[in-house]
Amino acid sequence: MSFEPKIVGFLCNWCSYAGADLAGISRLKCAPNVHIIRMMCSGGISPLFILKALEAGADGVLICGCSPGDCHYKEGNYKTLRRITLLKKMLEQLGIEQERVQLHWVCASCGDEFVDVVNKITAEVKELGPLQAGVKSRV
Amino acid sequence: MEEPRIGVYVCHCGTNIAGTVDVEEVAKYAETLPHVVVARHYPYTCSDPGQELIKKDIKELGVNRVVVASCSPRLHEKTFQGVLREAGLNPYLFQMANIREQCSWLHEPGPELTEKAKRMVGAAVNRVSRHVPLEMRAVPIFPATLVVGGGIAGMQAALEIANSNHMVYIVEREPSIGGHMAQFDKTFPTLDCAACILTPRMTEVSRHPFIRILTYSEVVAISGYVGNFKIKIRRKPRYVDEGKCIGCLVCQEKCPWTALSEFNAGTSKRKAIYTPFPQAVPNIPVIDAEHCAYFLKEKCRACEKFCDANAINFEQSELIFELEVGNIIIATGFDTFDASSIPQYGYGRYPNVFTSMEFERLCSPTGPTEGHIILADGRQPESVAIVHCVGSRDKNYNEYCSRVCCMHALKYSHLIKEKTNAAIYQMYIDMRCFGKGYEEFYNRISNEGVNFIRGKVAKVTDEAIAEEEKGKLIVLVEDTLLGTMLRVPVDMVILCIALEPRKDANEVARLFHLGRSADGFFLERHPKLDPVATMSEGILIAGCCQGPKDIPDSVAQASAAAARALAMIARGKIEVPAITAAIDETECSGCRICNLLCPYDAIFFDDEAKVSRINQVMCQGCGVCAAACPSGAITHNYFTVEEITAEIEGVLA
Repeated sequence: MSFEPKIVGFLCNWCSYAGADLAGISRLKCAPNVHIIRMMCSGGISPLFILKALEAGADGVLICGCSPGDCHYKEGNYKTLRRITLLKKMLEQLGIEQERVQLHWVCASCGDEFVDVVNKITAEVKELGPLQAGVKSRV
Repeated sequence: MEEPRIGVYVCHCGTNIAGTVDVEEVAKYAETLPHVVVARHYPYTCSDPGQELIKKDIKELGVNRVVVASCSPRLHEKTFQGVLREAGLNPYLFQMANIREQCSWLHEPGPELTEKAKRMVGAAVNRVSRHVPLEMRAVPIFPATLVVGGGIAGMQAALEIANSNHMVYIVEREPSIGGHMAQFDKTFPTLDCAACILTPRMTEVSRHPFIRILTYSEVVAISGYVGNFKIKIRRKPRYVDEGKCIGCLVCQEKCPWTALSEFNAGTSKRKAIYTPFPQAVPNIPVIDAEHCAYFLKEKCRACEKFCDANAINFEQSELIFELEVGNIIIATGFDTFDASSIPQYGYGRYPNVFTSMEFERLCSPTGPTEGHIILADGRQPESVAIVHCVGSRDKNYNEYCSRVCCMHALKYSHLIKEKTNAAIYQMYIDMRCFGKGYEEFYNRISNEGVNFIRGKVAKVTDEAIAEEEKGKLIVLVEDTLLGTMLRVPVDMVILCIALEPRKDANEVARLFHLGRSADGFFLERHPKLDPVATMSEGILIAGCCQGPKDIPDSVAQASAAAARALAMIARGKIEVPAITAAIDETECSGCRICNLLCPYDAIFFDDEAKVSRINQVMCQGCGVCAAACPSGAITHNYFTVEEITAEIEGVLA
């Protein structure tokens, strides 16, 4: 059987979670690999949660927030952007590929974009293979 | 803390979930999870008996935490939290697994759907066992309401609310309120004149002590949350001082510069300084800077010279100001389909092919021809073809039915018959006359000697092949009842164009955090049971921005939206989620990183104790501080490290 990655998706409540709901309501179809965890704001996603997910067996982590300028909490998404950029630099040093942790903006009316984002990260992580095996071989 | 005793309820949602997810297996799996004392599956968990089932288990089995696997928490989290509260449990000892919108509806059917649902339920069970009780907070609301759009729906909603002596602001981007209805000549099926029923409404709105009309203005930003919105409005410069202008319109008369009249759907010219129509509210002109000689060439200023009131002010600049409102009603209406995107119908090439909007203006006594139905060369038409479903019910353009075209097409037949002796051909796919008195209207028009041809028009051309076709427009249509192709020579063609979402619907949706359905119109919270609310609390929709509808339906929906807003205004306060952040002062190192991060300035530094503290009323619960605290001293309630970790471990199990 081919490798099916497990991906944890942290979605902000106001835009991205609503966008994911909209994808479902519109009966758009996407890969089932992303498991969504609802957060209030992407700015509230502690880097700890992302590391925790990778440690607990996720092959990738998707972070979605409101588009720049649209944050329900004014500017939480800008903080997310800075935080994730920094975190990815650290992950790189740990041998975790850039594509495994992705940040995308998905608005509440962006059902189709949500589907694209899910399919994109699923395909890219699938291509990379399981995380544990990859990291182990390099260590 | 007492030992968790979790009840799990897997919803079928009819076949929405059960059709693709094996709900029985999911419930069986849930039973094997730690702390779960009961796991059931039920056809409609949100129904009364479904809710009773949960209450009964709380009472009889001592269930003290609840997981419902059903639709999105955005839809029913509050419903089920209410069930817990009624049964004496803290509403936060609850977690939803969204196995409908984000599972059964989102993926291709297959066995992995059941597996995914199981993992989602497992994660929810894992998480809920870590939940702690939280207290809801009541916050006062701003009693004022913002209505975006001053068409018939917006005006209706504003009046309903203002009549309860609560303030309403109407923001309208055009120079006058009135919307599309002001452009119509007669309204179906009663054939009363639109202006006669609309203009008194407009006056009522403008004179109402509890309504403030902000024309030529747009919403540029919105912040806050239900009950407590802060709205930033941009008022475009009119270049006319509203306090001084007396509405004599001498300026309009004297202005030598012109542009196409938007109100007359481009069928006539208006001046560069203008009111869109004679009954405009407010009756204060605006200067269209793009067509004004002064703004283009720095000369003229005729309006200024002739204005006795000294109201012209070329120095006026745009004004940005803020409003505080508790509810927002979006009534931004529709745009019409661009008929030139169907080139075979000849719109834009043949001067005697009109759109329905242009024909409305042609019929109107205040229109470019003063109500005379005439061709481009001034002759009266001897024959008219009315083409239905232009841009509607057509997979190439819009799949949906625009709902009003059949009726206004019938209305046009009557108006043409009234004013000319022209032969009339209605070319329709299906006659859809569904409203009150509509079928009767159809029967009435059928008896007025109108020719009905059932078929979709293929082409409008001026290439004559017979003597009687010369100088005419020939409409090519298949009569599907006779099974023959027809060539119908006519003088005038009216295209009944579709109602479409506003061109900037996407920007508006983003601004107000609205969803849009596949047809592009704004998405209601529930297609049947909640057609006025949206997924954003406190933001309601009314009229054609939600989907094409006629005037009675727009008015009804606007009144419903107003009732919803009034319900909250009457309560005076709302309960907001207890989701805030809290600082453990014994852990706080006093680094103050969080102080600057907080978007609401809710965190302050206590100089004496050398720790940061959070103002619980100002905190909106985004959690940005908790994610940043290097000491881990901040807890984001309901999203604690333990809770999220439990959920992460659950989905990866």
